[in-house]
This record gives sequence, structure tokens and C-alpha cells, in this order.
Amino acid sequence: MSVAPADVAKIAALARIKVTPAEVAAMVPELNGILAWVDQLGEVDVTGVEPMTAVIPNHLRLRADVVGADPLTGGGIRDKVLANAPAPEHGFFGVPKVIE
Amino acid sequence: MADLTDLGIAAIRDGVAKGDFTATEVAGAFNAAVAEANPTLNAFIVTTPDHALAAAAKVDAARAAGQPLGPLAGVPIGMKDLFATQGVQTTAASHILEGFIPQYESTVSQKLWDAGAGMLGKLNLDQFAMGSSNETSAFGDVISPWRATGDTAARAPGGSSGGSSAAVAARIAAAATGTDTGGSIRQPAAFTGISGIKPTYGRCSRWGIVAFASSLDQAGAMAHDVTDCAIMLGAMAGFDARDSTSLDLPVPAWADQLSDNLTGLKVGIPREYRIDGLNADVARSWDDGIAWLKDAGAQVVDISLPHTKYALPTYYIIAPAEASSNLARYDGVRYGLRELPDGAGLQDMYAATRAAGFGAEVKRRILIGTYVLSAGYYDAYYTQAQKVRTLIARDFEHAFREVDVILTPTAPTSAFALGKKSDDPLEMYLNDVFSVPASLAGLPAMSVPCGLDRSGLPLGLHLIGRPFDEQGVLNAGLAIERRAGFSAKPAKWW
Repeated sequence: MSVAPADVAKIAALARIKVTPAEVAAMVPELNGILAWVDQLGEVDVTGVEPMTAVIPNHLRLRADVVGADPLTGGGIRDKVLANAPAPEHGFFGVPKVIE
Repeated sequence: MADLTDLGIAAIRDGVAKGDFTATEVAGAFNAAVAEANPTLNAFIVTTPDHALAAAAKVDAARAAGQPLGPLAGVPIGMKDLFATQGVQTTAASHILEGFIPQYESTVSQKLWDAGAGMLGKLNLDQFAMGSSNETSAFGDVISPWRATGDTAARAPGGSSGGSSAAVAARIAAAATGTDTGGSIRQPAAFTGISGIKPTYGRCSRWGIVAFASSLDQAGAMAHDVTDCAIMLGAMAGFDARDSTSLDLPVPAWADQLSDNLTGLKVGIPREYRIDGLNADVARSWDDGIAWLKDAGAQVVDISLPHTKYALPTYYIIAPAEASSNLARYDGVRYGLRELPDGAGLQDMYAATRAAGFGAEVKRRILIGTYVLSAGYYDAYYTQAQKVRTLIARDFEHAFREVDVILTPTAPTSAFALGKKSDDPLEMYLNDVFSVPASLAGLPAMSVPCGLDRSGLPLGLHLIGRPFDEQGVLNAGLAIERRAGFSAKPAKWW
């Protein structure tokens, strides 16, 4: 499979990365080179093979249902959470207006 | 007394414990070496001499008070800038995280500080660990301390843990942390003549490590030799409830159980790794490795890993897919860079922030990942790759019924000159041809230096073990190390 400029622009929009037409033009042959190369996986017979879900068998643990049992991840640390925010306001993450 | 910066983990720890020198003297010597070398090598993004000195002062005080010392007491190390370090900028070598100051410490780095290590600084890397030459960092290329004979061209330190490999090889850090997603510990170790181990997936907690591809990412140790790797990995590993894929298993006493007596051990040589046009010096080093392991008592067996050729394309679907999902968090809202063009709405802000913050290789992988996960292509690419991944893991399972450890070269060549492969993403990806299969199968693997090629640059040999059998990998690595007698160091030109 291969991609055209319109496909790259669409993928970039899905990925929320702004691209210029010149960047799209440069990416088309790069992405097509990579896609042509990974296309060889199509020749592998995978009849009856399950897709891998866990590389090392493990079971999913549940933590104890206790609020704040781990003080590092348990909450009540608003200022730490906001410490690296580019535009915190009144104890919240600030964002541009989304409703007119 | 030898120069303190020539010493590795065991020698520093034991020297401090015996009182041959103080931890403060060691930290001071390494801080000075970093200050001298870093403007040229660019191995560190930020240096933290005060952290190293404070950790050393604690160790010296503990020794004076007769308290027990940790397994890395007094050892100054470099921390790959992918580990969150409380109060110290953590960037993943990306502009999008420039200025990010974690409010917490990663599990692995905390364990190292608890073991008595100190931090010299945060080490440069390929941006978000995506690269094999450290040329994708937003903070500039790392220059390898190694040069080819009669050639002053700047060489790649490997990647993505290129700051780690350069710092240890240049003897400006006694050891360093690395992370390995498809070879990012082993290939740089091979390029710089040091040892590096990636444990079984789940041995080291991923909590506090900037995520690239979560089903593949593992932290590991990069150090002078196999013994130092065993000591350091022992301090880094262990169960962590904060990482859902952490292995709830005791950490074996790897360093105490090291042995290069391989009597009864079976070593597999996978025929598919003897690729067409294999570099002659690399092929010779592989033959040397086979002879050394036989000398150590091992039996060598030819094996087949039939899906090897599909490992790299499988990796370059799965890793970008996971990256595209993991890196969705960089949105200009909660942390990191924000680009807000005049009059921009929220969606425009996301797109402008990510366009300005991510480097070209990171964007390339996010786009590939987005594409292979998008409606209409998911089954053809992503599901197919996860099925082939099952077959690759199965190849290893079958092989390990017959053999105990597998020996291959670490990388297809020695270190290339910077700029030589950066224009062609596919050619760069081929660097990981020998290291990626073990990553896809979650297996422990390490690189040990084995000699120099005809241009005077180091080569590494690669050992792959059964799940949880880091000991088997380390022991075979030790057998090679003792027989290779690799003692070459880069001549100091910086």
C-alpha cells in the first residue's frame, strides 16, 4: 500500500501535527519507502496465529480499593500536578476558548 | 593510585568501603571530568555536580558512622534523560519537554540513589529514544569518544542511549542507565566498547520513564564490564506496583552468582543472522566468540530462527503504533511546550504545539503509527505485525528447548561517522537488525565488547537468554569478556 499527499495530510490531521504542503511533499516518499518495506509482512502465513498481547505472561493486578493508599499517585497534590502547566489558571489547566 | 575516573562500579564501591579514597573525592574527580569533556562530547543535557556531591557526602558520613553501605555506595553515574528526576529537568531530548521539571522520581532512579549512587547529570539521547545514532536529539549530536585510526571524523555513539555510551566510554561516568526498546542499550554499548544489558521485559519498573513503545521499553545498565552490569542491574530491578507490567519476582543475586564456567551449557548460533554481505570483521568477531564460549566449556549448536527477517518490519509497525498513542499526551495543556498562534482554537493549539515541539524522526514515527492504527489499515498492518510477533517469540521458544543462550553479533557494523546514515531512515533502522528480535520477544540480552575492527573501532557480541535468565546471559558474557581481554580505550582528544 502507498500514500498520496492527501493521505499524509489526513494522517497528520489525525495525529494533530500541523504540516505545510512542502513538508507533506517531503514525507510522501519517506513514508512510502517505509510502507513498501513493511509490506513484506503480508507474505508471512499467520493462519491460526493469535496476535501477541503480552510479551511475558503476567496477570493484571488490581490495587487495594483504598483512596490515597499510595501518596505519590493518590491525589491531593494539585499544585504539583499544575507545576509544569504552560498556562495554569485558578488551580486549573488553562486552554484557549472552545465554546463561542 | 590510579586515576579515580578510570574505575568502575565495583572498584569505586570497594575502594570507598575500604577507605582507599572517599566518595567525595570520587564525585569531585568525575564532576571535573564531565566539566572538561562535555562541551566537546555533548553527552549530558544538564549536569548535576551538586547531586553527585550530596550523594557522596551521605555515603562518606554513613561509612564514618559505621553504617552499612549500599551496592553502589559512592558511585557517580549518568542518568539517561528519559528517567523522571525530581527537581531536575527531564526532556527525552525533545524540545516539547524543554524546561519540564518532574515533581517525582522514577522508580529505577530512586532505587539507584537508595543503593548509594549519585547523579552526575542527565544524559543526552535520541529524541524520545527514537534513533540509532543520537542524531535526533533536540540538544545536538553526542560525539563518540572513539575515532577510527588516522581519521578525526566524528563517530556516532550509537542510540538511543548515546549519551550513556559516550559518557561511560570516555570515563566521565562510572556507569549509566539506559533504556532499550529495539536495541538502544546494546547497539550503543557495542559502538563504544562497553557492556550493556537489557533484562527480561518487566524486570525494571517503567514508572517514571518517558514512554516510547510500552510493550518493548525496558531499562538496563551500561557499564565498564559484565560484573558492573550485574551489580547495577541488581539495584535497578524489582517489583513495582506502580507499573502494571512489572514482574512480581524476587531479584536474583546476579553479581554474587557470576561464573564463566559454562560446562554443560548449550549455545545456539542462529543461521539467519549470517546475513548476506555480513561485514567481514563482524563475522570474524562472531567466530571468535564461538571459540571463546567453547573454551569456557560450552557446546555450540546451529539453530534456526526462521522469522528473523520479519523482525525489523514488525518492529517498525508496533513501535510507531505504540509511540503514536503514547505521545498523544504532548498537547500543550498539562506540561511542556505550548504554541498558541494568534486567534488559535484548542485544535489549532494542539497541532501547532506538536509541529513545533517534535523533531522530524518523532513526527515520522507518529505518522506511521497513526496510519497503521487507522480505520481500514489496522488489520493489514497492526494485527498482522502482532501475529508475526507471536511467531518471532515462538521461534525463540523452540530454540530455547534446545539451547540455553544464543550468540550473535550486536550490530552489523562498527560505529559509522555522524551524518552518514541520517538522510535515509530505512538504512538507519537496519542498525537494529540483530537486536530487535529479542526485544520483540521480551528476552534478556546483553552486548559485551570483543575487539576492534580493522579501523580501530570496537565491536560487540550479543547474548540472548531465556525469559528471566539474566544470569545465563551475564555468565556467557563474562566468559567472553575474560577471553577477549578487551582493554582498548579511546585516546583522549577532547
